Amino acid sequence: MHEYSLAQALVARIEREARSHGASAVHRVVVRIGPLSGVEPDLLVTAYGHLRAGTLCAEAELDLAGEDVVWRCEACGTVLILGSALCCPDCGLPARLAGGDALVLERIELEVPAHV
Amino acid sequence: MCDTCGCGDTKLVPVELHERLLAGNDRMAAHNRAHFAKHRVLAVNLMGSPGAGKTALLEATARAVGTSRRLAAITGDLETDRDAVRLRSVGIPAEAITTGSACHLDADMVHHALHHDAAHGADTLFIENVGNLVCPAIYDLGQAAIVVALSVTEGEDKPLKYPVMFRKADLVLLTKVDLLPALPDFDRGALEEALARVMPAPRLLEVSARSGTGIAEWVAFLEARRVTAAGVAASRAAHETHQSMTRGA
Repeated sequence: MHEYSLAQALVARIEREARSHGASAVHRVVVRIGPLSGVEPDLLVTAYGHLRAGTLCAEAELDLAGEDVVWRCEACGTVLILGSALCCPDCGLPARLAGGDALVLERIELEVPAHV
Repeated sequence: MCDTCGCGDTKLVPVELHERLLAGNDRMAAHNRAHFAKHRVLAVNLMGSPGAGKTALLEATARAVGTSRRLAAITGDLETDRDAVRLRSVGIPAEAITTGSACHLDADMVHHALHHDAAHGADTLFIENVGNLVCPAIYDLGQAAIVVALSVTEGEDKPLKYPVMFRKADLVLLTKVDLLPALPDFDRGALEEALARVMPAPRLLEVSARSGTGIAEWVAFLEARRVTAAGVAASRAAHETHQSMTRGA
C-alpha cells in the first residue's frame, strides 16, 4: 500500500505549489500513470480521497491520464509486440522501455483570488 | 469568497509541473549514490518475497567471502531486528530499519541509516528490503545493483505476475535449489521464458545457501558489478569536473 505514501507526497507537493501562487484552493490535479509504474490507479485515487481532507486539495478532482506500454529496440527502432520476449526480433538486442512506467504530476489548476 | 474584499471572484490558474511523483525520493537516491561512490561502497538492493531466502543468502555470502571483503547490511522489516541479529552473528555489521506499517524502504530511510554509520568502513552494503514483490520495486535507493531473490517453491510465473519488480532487476537469484529434488514439477524453462517477457536482459543464477551451490558465481557477480560501478562513478565524476571547468572558462 505504497499508494498512501505517494498520495501524501502528492498532496504535500501540490499544497506547496498552491501556496507559492497565493491560491485559495486547488481545482484539479492531473497525474499521468502507466501500467508499469508500479502503482494501482484505483488505490491511488482512494488514498488521495482520504488524504486530501482538510488540505487545499479538499475539493480538487484527481484526473488520471493513462499511458501505453512501449518496448522499442534502441538500435533499429522496432516496436516489440507486447507479451513477447523483450529482445529485438531483428537485431537480438535487449529492448528499452519507451513508455508505460510514467508516474508524473503533469499539471494542477489553482483557484487564485481574481485581484491577486 | 476572496479574503481581501469579499467579492468571491477567483480565477483558474493552470500550472504545468511535469514532475515525477517520486522526485523527492529520486533526489535522495542520487545523494545516497554519490555517497556510495565517494566511499567506494558497492550497494546492492536485495528484494524478494518474505521467506525467499534473502537473509540466508547473505549469511552464505559472509561465509564465502570471509575476510576478503568488508560487508555491511541494512535490513528492512515491519517489526523486529531479527534479520540484523542473524547477520551480525555471521560477522556482518547490520542496521535494522523497522518500518512499522510501511511496506518498502525508501531512499530517505537508507540515508538515515547511513547517518547511523550503517556502511562505515564497508566495501559492500547489502540493503535487504522489506519482503514484498510489489511496493519496494518503485523506490530507487541509490544502489548499484538490483537483485531479486525468488525461491523454487514460489512458482515459475511470478515474474509475469510482478513485472515491475523483475523488469529492473540486474540479476534474479533462484534460491533454495537444494529443494529441487523434492519438486519434480519445477519447470526451469517456464521460469526463463517468463523472465524473458519482463526483463530486457534476463539473468538467472541458481543458488542454495544451504549447500553452497552457486554462491561462488554470486560473489563473482558482485565483483563484476563493483568494477562496473567504479567505472560509472569515475565517468560521472569526470563529466562533472568537465562541466565545472567549462562553466569556469
